[in-house]
Amino acid sequence: MLNYIIRRCLMAIPLLIAISIVTFIVIKLPPGSYLETYIAEQQRLGGEVTQDRVEAIKQRYGLGQPTYVQYFKWISGFPRGDFGMSFKAQQPVAKIIKERIGFTILLSLATVLFTWSLAVPIGIYSAVRQYSVFDYVFTFIGFIGVAIPNFLLALFLMFIGVKFFGADLSGLFSMEYMGEPWSFGKFIDMLKHLWVPVVVVGTGGMAGLIRIMRGQMLDELRKAYVQTARAKGLSEYIVIVKHVARIAINPFVSTIGWMLPGLISGGTLAGIVLGLPTLGPKLLDALKTQDMYLAGTIMMLLSSLTIIGTLISDILLAIVDPRIRYE
Amino acid sequence: MDKKKILEVKNLRTYFYTHEGVVKAVDDVDFEIYEGETLGVVGESGCGKSMTSKSIMNLVPKPKGKLEPGSSIKYYGLDEVVDITSLSPRSKEMRSLRGNEMAMIFQEPMTSLNPVYTIGSQIIEAVRLHQGVSKEEAREIAIEMIRKVGIPAPEKRVDEYPFELSGGMRQRAMIAMALSCNPKFLIADEPTTALDVTVEAQILDLMQDLQDEFNTAIMFITHDLDVIGEIADRVMVMYTGKVVETASVDEIFYNPKHPYTKGLLSSIPKIGNKEELVPIEGTVPNLTELPKGCYFAPRCPHAMDICREKMPPTFDINEEHSVKCWLSEKEGGSMNEE
Repeated sequence: MLNYIIRRCLMAIPLLIAISIVTFIVIKLPPGSYLETYIAEQQRLGGEVTQDRVEAIKQRYGLGQPTYVQYFKWISGFPRGDFGMSFKAQQPVAKIIKERIGFTILLSLATVLFTWSLAVPIGIYSAVRQYSVFDYVFTFIGFIGVAIPNFLLALFLMFIGVKFFGADLSGLFSMEYMGEPWSFGKFIDMLKHLWVPVVVVGTGGMAGLIRIMRGQMLDELRKAYVQTARAKGLSEYIVIVKHVARIAINPFVSTIGWMLPGLISGGTLAGIVLGLPTLGPKLLDALKTQDMYLAGTIMMLLSSLTIIGTLISDILLAIVDPRIRYE
Repeated sequence: MDKKKILEVKNLRTYFYTHEGVVKAVDDVDFEIYEGETLGVVGESGCGKSMTSKSIMNLVPKPKGKLEPGSSIKYYGLDEVVDITSLSPRSKEMRSLRGNEMAMIFQEPMTSLNPVYTIGSQIIEAVRLHQGVSKEEAREIAIEMIRKVGIPAPEKRVDEYPFELSGGMRQRAMIAMALSCNPKFLIADEPTTALDVTVEAQILDLMQDLQDEFNTAIMFITHDLDVIGEIADRVMVMYTGKVVETASVDEIFYNPKHPYTKGLLSSIPKIGNKEELVPIEGTVPNLTELPKGCYFAPRCPHAMDICREKMPPTFDINEEHSVKCWLSEKEGGSMNEE
């Protein structure tokens, strides 16, 4: 088991390096150098750029030197937490990401928790009571969830909030708590706002997960070991939960791999509509304005999370399913 | 026979209500099983063998499958006689019988064990459920059972997963699990079909040894007459959900009465026999479109006019031998009153 984990970790290293190279190429793709972009941006804003400043930046990013030197200058900053500057915001990329990553993860984890805690039991129940009224109703609701675009649902919920409850549900905090230090009141206020994006983003993914869980359960319920478990005299609850669901949950565990990057980029549209302080809207913004260090770093973050996510789901799968462990 | 009766099945009818019509999977079946004996149940696929055993275990797939009123399955293993048909499949009473008083071994050792739990934990689960012992005691019982079924190094094997064992070892583990609570009645549903012949012989020996030790009544379902000859005391031949012949194993092999039984016997190869094998013509009829009269008549080489008109009753040839065939009336069999 330990061997397996170490092997998987080692395999992740070359992948990460390859991804960083691709990301760097993407950063370099727009015409012109960062310096030109920066100077042009400064002049557009009416500022002057001194020769010293230009030299300093050239030195910092290795401009004018071969591309691989520039790459190493860029990548060597990573271990120190230096991801370069955002040209647009005039702030270190690290600072921008730090501001937003906490809320992003909080929001995403809440969404995942919400989706899973509903999708898994509903999927199980739908399978056990296949073609029952319950099964049909939830299939129907689930598909409506998929069919309605996130942003529309977000707009709709905000409209309901303003129209009937006189509450502004956008953002994560009310006006009076914005920029305030943490307090119990602020926490409660956040919870009041948090459920909107959680429901909006969660309903989109729920139907798919319910279908996966239901389909897996139906596959497993047909298998002979279920009959064996019943013939042992186990109660139906134990048969379903301990024997069948335990195996049916496998595909869920494997989805953790692409769930982690989804945590960061997921709900971008809903994030924009609801004005959430998360990374999704920021990435879109950075790409639009060619803020390449910011965009590159976020992309790098997403790719790394994909790899880490896959690693985690592989390890979890090995824990859940002994057949994988011993291969 | 003065042996103690363990199970008595009477007028068992298990029907399935499907879109194509009513499937009479088990149609008016009567039989008894006594302590320490092995009843072989033979027949082609779809003749109702497995559904009979599922009915006894009260595991008929709902909602399509149903025991018809009048069916009775009486279990005599406890102080009081229990009618299984009166128990709800999920009731506590039924669950305390299942796996404890009556256990079952299935056909596919590859898929009948849960792949993600060790064989030990699957045995322990059954032991703890029915015997209320501690984890450690249950583990001891599990190891002891694994040793009894002839799996080497039981202390090590108890913590292995099903996929780490060979097919034969898995079936042994399955038997260990079924016998872990000392059931008085064991249903073995084609337990050796998926195994190769040498392993099959070992498993049959093992089952007989364990039967001698625990005095278990075994209902052994198979389509393999060689296996029947090996293990059964009495044989029950089934065709399209009905019992067509019941007799001691010697009677079945040397004095078969029903044309279907004769057909089965002449379609198995024997060493040294140069005669050509004679298969039974035709196939098992669709259970929703059964013919009038005797269900076997269309395939029967001796079919008479009455066979195509009236379902034959059961005739007793002697105390242990009964046949559901009009031919036996001609031969002077006495009609069974039931």
